[in-house]
Amino acid sequence: MPSNLITADNLAAGYREKTVWRDANFAFGRGEFIAVIGPNGAGKTTLFRLLLGLQRPTSGSLKIFDAPPKRGNPQIGYVPQRHVIDSDTNVECLELVRLGLSGKKWGFNPFSKKENDAAMAALESVGAAELAHSSLGVLSGGELQRIFLAEALVSEPDILLLDEPLSNLDLRRETDLLHLVNDVVRSRDVTALLIAHNINPLLPHLDKVMYVANGKVATGKPSEVLTSESLTALYGVQVEVLRDPHGNVAIIGVEEHHGDMK
Amino acid sequence: MTVNVNLFADFLQMWHYQFMQHAFEAGTIIAIVAGITGYFVVLRRSAFVAHAFSEIGFAGAAGAVLIGIAPIFGLLMGSILGGLAIAALGRRVTNRDTQIGIVLAFTLGLGLLFINLYTGYATEAYSILFGEILGISSSNVLLTLSFGLVILIAIAAIYRPLLFASLDEEVAEAKGMPMVFLGTAFMLLVAVAVSISVQIVGVLLIFSLMVTPAATAQYLAKRPQQVIIISVIIALIATWSGLFIAFYTPYPVSFFITTISFATYLLVRFGYGRIRPIKVPATRIHANGEIKTDA
Repeated sequence: MPSNLITADNLAAGYREKTVWRDANFAFGRGEFIAVIGPNGAGKTTLFRLLLGLQRPTSGSLKIFDAPPKRGNPQIGYVPQRHVIDSDTNVECLELVRLGLSGKKWGFNPFSKKENDAAMAALESVGAAELAHSSLGVLSGGELQRIFLAEALVSEPDILLLDEPLSNLDLRRETDLLHLVNDVVRSRDVTALLIAHNINPLLPHLDKVMYVANGKVATGKPSEVLTSESLTALYGVQVEVLRDPHGNVAIIGVEEHHGDMK
Repeated sequence: MTVNVNLFADFLQMWHYQFMQHAFEAGTIIAIVAGITGYFVVLRRSAFVAHAFSEIGFAGAAGAVLIGIAPIFGLLMGSILGGLAIAALGRRVTNRDTQIGIVLAFTLGLGLLFINLYTGYATEAYSILFGEILGISSSNVLLTLSFGLVILIAIAAIYRPLLFASLDEEVAEAKGMPMVFLGTAFMLLVAVAVSISVQIVGVLLIFSLMVTPAATAQYLAKRPQQVIIISVIIALIATWSGLFIAFYTPYPVSFFITTISFATYLLVRFGYGRIRPIKVPATRIHANGEIKTDA
């Protein structure tokens, strides 16, 4: 088995004529927690689409376990960016989690006890066992994210892709969810990529960080990437990285540049 | 015909008539098919699509009457073509409202022209629009049964992927589910289900069997399989009691089916909700000790 789960060499992503970002080189190993940070439209979700095999690289190579990404890869658990479930949707959580395991199977077969137990175990592992029989439509944002996480984990993937799970969460729920994701990464030895806007709440947990901005990608340990030099090179404008005594970082000079990250 | 206090005797009296037997046979098949298909229609928020099929089917049925074949074949042809066209328009149901509206308005106009060209009885148009279950022949029953079985077998075959794709489209797509196939298969199933259901309630009242029972059932259960069973039961009750009442009154069957269906909805929506609200208790204590109160 290769030491790296995900490797990219001179990877470029885009749509037809437009390149979103290029020259990305990175390697992620088993059990790493990686934050993907960058402004809207920088191509963070595009990276996920490449890994999911929903989109092909425009150039370069991307490998998962030494093979190109393919759609429907059972090694990947995916939580897309979703804001709400329609409050009319009166379907119990357990059903959604079970579908994460058996939704691909054809034929009508009342869900087996084995699948039921696996779904309950997944719900328990995200601290949502008591929500198993609650309706999806009545859950709060934080509860929904736990259910989605259980849905992704139930098939026991090696890689977890979480697209902005923290949006719409208040600080308290944000911290809770990050602790949960971190526990999942450590206990299951899963490689997790989490898209977020703000790096600070993630810093205590991260192994690596990937900045996507200005058509470029910078990847490495937080201490390597979160420096004035590295981010200045990435954004192409002077950027200052300041640190407070608690280890939080403030990145100055980037905000005004958000508009033209094409 | 007189109504006795003895419902069983009334039923036997009604059963004596062959057209009522046919009506019950076709009605039962249709209620089962519409109740099941309706769940996915409600889950995928495709009610407007179901309605569109029926109106596209109307043009087909009117065209069939015009050239002298049974309306059911025109209905099937029209709604299946409509289903393929709508499936081809795109995958996301939510963005199709405008296109569907445009197409169905045109087809309704086309149907009106066909009816106008047809010099026979205007009752043909009336029965397509509002249903005419009392004129169902034994061959119609057989046809309904065949299509009903095809729909049930097809839904059983794609049940889990369809449920997954309906509930969580993005994850299902990432998991490699054939979304275009599922979307198209679903459209065709609804098209055929609508076509056979139109025999009872007509083009304009299709919701009473296709949407209302499933929407009502959603208030009563949270597991899809349970919702589907309840939906079928409601559709059966509405159909059977509608036929029974209509037999002893001078009023149309469709009126009773739609009214019973609607009354069930109101009862459940506003009555049941008061007894046992579907929301989980307002305050919950999480496993990690966090206490949460719903807004």
